[in-house]
Formats: sequence, C-alpha cells, structure tokens
Amino acid sequence: MSLRLLILGFVFAFLYGPILWIVVFSFNEGRLVTLWSGFSTKWYGELMRNDRLVDAAGLSLVIAAVSATLATVLGALSGFALARLGKFKGRLLFAGALGAVLTLPEVILGLAQLLAFVALDDLPGWPGRGAATIVAAHATLGMAYVALVVQARLADFDRSLEEAALDLGATPAMVFATVTLPLILPALGGGWLISFMISLDDVVLASFVSGPGATTLPMVVFSSARLGLNPQINALATLMVGVGAIAVLSAVWLLGRKQEHAR
Amino acid sequence: MNGLVRRLLVAVPALWLLVFFGLPFAFILKVALSQAVVAQPPFTPLFQDGAFQGSLANFALLVEDDLYFDAILASLRLAVTSTVACLLLGYPMAWAIAGTAKRWRAPLLALVALPFATSFLIRVYAWIGLLRPTGLVNEALQYLGLIDGPLALMPSDFAVALGMTYTYLPFMVLPIYASLEKIDPAYAFAAADLGARPGRVFWSITLPLSLPGVLAGSLFVFVPSVGEFVVPELLGGPGTPMIGKVIWQEFFNNRDWPLASALAVVLLILLAYPISRAQRAEATTARGLS
Repeated sequence: MSLRLLILGFVFAFLYGPILWIVVFSFNEGRLVTLWSGFSTKWYGELMRNDRLVDAAGLSLVIAAVSATLATVLGALSGFALARLGKFKGRLLFAGALGAVLTLPEVILGLAQLLAFVALDDLPGWPGRGAATIVAAHATLGMAYVALVVQARLADFDRSLEEAALDLGATPAMVFATVTLPLILPALGGGWLISFMISLDDVVLASFVSGPGATTLPMVVFSSARLGLNPQINALATLMVGVGAIAVLSAVWLLGRKQEHAR
Repeated sequence: MNGLVRRLLVAVPALWLLVFFGLPFAFILKVALSQAVVAQPPFTPLFQDGAFQGSLANFALLVEDDLYFDAILASLRLAVTSTVACLLLGYPMAWAIAGTAKRWRAPLLALVALPFATSFLIRVYAWIGLLRPTGLVNEALQYLGLIDGPLALMPSDFAVALGMTYTYLPFMVLPIYASLEKIDPAYAFAAADLGARPGRVFWSITLPLSLPGVLAGSLFVFVPSVGEFVVPELLGGPGTPMIGKVIWQEFFNNRDWPLASALAVVLLILLAYPISRAQRAEATTARGLS
C-alpha cells in the first residue's frame, strides 16, 4: 500500500506543482516572478487596467460562447446521426472526419482552414477573416467532442422509454421533446462546456485563421509568454485555472449525473 | 423517423464538415503544388491560361534541404522520448489508482484529468518559471548546495520533452487504468494460489493483459507530440526545430505558404497510420471509462 501512496504522491506533486507555482507567485509583490518578496494583489489590479488583455478576454469569451453553442448543435446532430440512423451513405467518411478533427495536429488543421478561408474570401457575403472565422474553426473542433459525448450517451440509453411513450400515443416530436431531449441534456451541457474551454484555450487555430483585427486572449498570453515571465500573466493564469477548474468540475458533474439517471 | 428529417440530420453537420474540414484539405494539397510569390494570396495559381502549373518542387526542396529532414527526425525523437517518459510515470500511476479502494478511484481519476482540462498554454508557461536559469528548480538546487551555478535547463530538448510529458501525461494514465480495471482479479488469485510471487503475477498476468491500454495511451501521447508547436516554441530553442514549429515559421515568418503546405502534407502522411490506430483506441477507451 505504501508504494502505491508514494506513486500517487509523486505524480500528483508533478501534476499540480507547476500550477501551484503560478498561483502562489501571482500574489508576489515584486516584479521578479521567481523571488518571493511579500504578499500583494497588485498584479490583479494591473491586469484589470491592461486594456489589451481585457479587450482580448472579452472577445475570447464571446467567441467561446458562440462557437460552443454552434458546436453543441452540430455535434448533437452528428452524435444523433451516428447513434440512431444505423448505416447511412457516407457514414464511414462522416465518422472518420469527426475522429480526424480530434486527432490531427492543430498546426495542420489551422493552416488548411486558413487556405480555405483565403479562397472563400472572394465569395459575396462571406465574412472576412477575424472573429467569424475563429468561431467557425473552433466550432468544427468542438462539434467533434460533442458528437463523441452525445453518441456515447445515446448508446447506453434505454430505448424502451421512448417506445413506451410512443405506445401511449405520443407523437415522435413529443417523444423527442419530453423523453429524449431531457435524457441527453446533461451530455449537451457537458459538451458545451468542453467546447467552451477548448475555444478559450486555443492559440494555434486562432493565430492561423484570424485576420489582423481579431486578437484573442490566448494569442496575447502566448506572445507575452514568448518574451518571458510576467506577473500579470501569473495573475491571469490563476483566474483561468480557477474558471477552468469550475467549468470542468461542472462538466464532470453533468456527465456523471446521467449515469445515476440511467440506472 | 421520416426520410426527410433523417437526411437533414446528417446533411447539416456533413455540409459543415465538408466546408470547414474537407475543403481545407483540398486546398492544402493544391497550395503544396504551387509556388510562393509576393502577391495576395502569396502563391501561384494551379491553372493558368488553361494549362496545369503545379509541380512537386516544394517536395523536392524538402528532400534536398537537411533542415526539414532534421526537423522530422527531431519531432519523432522528442515524441518518442515524451511517450516513454509518460509511460514510466503513467503506468505506475494507473496501477496505483486501480489498486485503491473502489470509492477512491473515480475522484483520483478526476484529479488526474483536472489539470489536463485547464489551460494548456498556462501549464506550459508554468515550466518557464520553473526551468529558466533563475527559476525555481535552479534556485532550489543552488540553495541545497547541489550545484554551484544555474543549470541551462531551458531552452533545450530536455525542457521540450519534459513539457510534453507534463501536458500529455493524463492521456497515458486514463487508458492504462481502463485496461487494468477490466482485468478479472480471479486471474491474480489463481496465480498466487499456484505459488506465483507478486512480481511474477505482475509480469505474467497484469502486464500482458494491460498492453492494449499501454498501446492506446502511447498513441494518444505520441500523435499530438509529433505535431506539437506551443511547447517547442516556448521551452525549446533554435536548436529544437520540431516540424510543427517549422511549418509555423515557414508560414508566418517566411510567408512561404506552399512550402508550409508541403510540410503539412508530409506530416499528414507520416501520422496517417498512428492516427487511424489512435481513432480505434479512442472508441475502446471511451467505452472502458464510461
């Protein structure tokens, strides 16, 4: 037993040590991020006054919310098609494309999408490169995750519930609204949160497909991290770790709840 | 469900994937066959005056110039290093979790996955603070008197491998745990009854039965590591030319879109087999963990 505890302790220290470092030094008084010189929350104040960061954060939140919503709709349709339509024409290609979105290096996906957007620029009514193209790129990535979650949820779903409702005279639309939808709602909520977090964290896709006008929060953080350490980034990171932890714990809770329902 | 609804259900997401996933790959192939020019967009058209203008010149350049071959080798080497490091940390971790009381397993797994779901960028940034010459690791080692001057921990290949190991470790732990958890304890009991020592039980029963998880985890770490960009950019130096970074530089710094596209095509071919294996493993792992 003690060997197991030793391993657990070591690996958790490795996983959480660096995150702990960020949080602790975000409250450091001095500019030197590596030397402790007293407790202070001044970097959080500076963060709020940094217009570039605040603007980027606002844009990122909007992009994340819109792309996550799109991803949830598209992913739900995909997951439904894969779980319920049986063998349809092009199923293998469809499932393969969704799987590939999940596993391809982001550098390839970003470059490919940018080239398509450049070609589509000439289409009348096509929005130029910027927030809209970032939303499209993030929604594509997010829908693959949502499809995975929704498909898994529908796979271990008791279909006799739907059949019972049909037997009792409900129309298919009523069955969907009153039986199917409530049962997959946790999966949709969890999928939305996953997509939201992915969008809020992505620097590679956004850098490729955005125009000169749109700079997201990860793009600002990345260019700042390239120049080295910055206590403001520590403060921002602490906030992001907090928000991320809350989002993930809610997603786990939402996805975990379905299991109790299923029983 | 009637036919029209069924068709719409597939058509909407399929059309989206066609425009934002299928079409982009057609364009990457097209641009890889063209040449860089100073224009908007910065590449030559594939057809001009009805004649096909494409060539394999970019691919020829990739073969001729050692820089690109070295980048591919460096990417493979660092991806294998991170995969092995993840295995050495992740297997014992999965084994340790699988051996705890049942009520502890779900919370422990959630704790493993939790950092993975917080910002990737931030977790890489943290290592800059730990590894740089005046960073926490060097300060601590000097304070303990183990070293006289700061070690050059970053930028280096070591820092890149460490950064990738750190960020992808949960990908290794989860599938190995899923395969360890599935093993019927009766096998181990039977072996022990027949006189096998704990070490022997592990080598002849537990380890072989957990190999599918080891393979899945290795693929989940290896595939994203090969094409990684953020980690080598932040923790590596000019001496760490991983292929993801070279694609980025050709595109953004040199504005050579055709060469960047050709490199992306090469990386795609290189990863096609591991990706297809990873997709199969993905489905199995998702079933195992749910």
